[in-house]
Amino acid sequence: MITLSHYIVLGAVLFCIAVAGLFINRKNVIVLLMSIELMLLAVNMNFVAFSRFLGDVSGQVFVFFILTVAAAEAAIGLAILVLLFRNRSTINIADIDSMKG
Amino acid sequence: MNPQLLQLICFYAFGFVTVAAALSVITLKNTVHAVLALVLTFFSAACLWMLLDAEFLALALIVVYVGAVMVLFLFVVMMLDLDQEKLREGFVKFLPVGLIVAAAMLAEMLGLIGVRAMHLQVMGADPAAVAGTSNTAWLGRALYTQYLLPFEVAALILTVGVVAAVALTLRQRGDARYESASQQVKVNPRDRVRIVKMAAERPVDETPAPPQESKS
Repeated sequence: MITLSHYIVLGAVLFCIAVAGLFINRKNVIVLLMSIELMLLAVNMNFVAFSRFLGDVSGQVFVFFILTVAAAEAAIGLAILVLLFRNRSTINIADIDSMKG
Repeated sequence: MNPQLLQLICFYAFGFVTVAAALSVITLKNTVHAVLALVLTFFSAACLWMLLDAEFLALALIVVYVGAVMVLFLFVVMMLDLDQEKLREGFVKFLPVGLIVAAAMLAEMLGLIGVRAMHLQVMGADPAAVAGTSNTAWLGRALYTQYLLPFEVAALILTVGVVAAVALTLRQRGDARYESASQQVKVNPRDRVRIVKMAAERPVDETPAPPQESKS
């Protein structure tokens, strides 16, 4: 019998994997973007599970909006990445320091 | 077989695939393989959402993510000429930190969930079926009534995203030839063609006629 905690635990595991991915792939912007997508997936998993178990439609509507915003974010992020590679010939984060932040 | 047991088996199978694919996303050496592992993650997550009777979102996840976003990722990864070795140089150095942070976060979250929700609800009847509709109709009814304004704003965000992505990546090439539409519209026929009035017949001259002006 599936309980709510099954899905919440799965979401937590996915989120932690994504956080670990952010830490260990600090050079590669593409993997960083993919880790962010994984985080959004973990959050969406929780939303869908709560929506189903509490019988409220709002959670699924919110997942719909998250998908929309994530698609726009991925498109713009990848466009910036292409631009960056065209200008600097690298996507290594360590080399992207022209703003001296 | 008991359908609830079958559901549980399906949950563990898809959950295992999801977690394994997510782990390979962050550890695989080749970025193209990592993108493909992310596709698998999204696909098995969509299967998990199917188990929750969220059919519309599961299919939207496959269509939007696997079909569009991940293909975009693949395009970009294959388009860029990446030095895979150089991009992984900090991998071993940051591995312990990443593992410690992730394990600590996971322990905290699991503690929180375990204390509060381990005995919470089991899955009841599908709320859409209780309302007498399908999942898509259930979701759509809320989306087009209660959430109509956010829905329109989401459409606007997507439009802005498309325009921004194109505007960012568009570049004017110096070696390409363009047509200027405004110049084409503004052109005057008198600048292009000059009509020369001349008699249809002439007495034949002994000397050859001077060469005619070439049309500009």
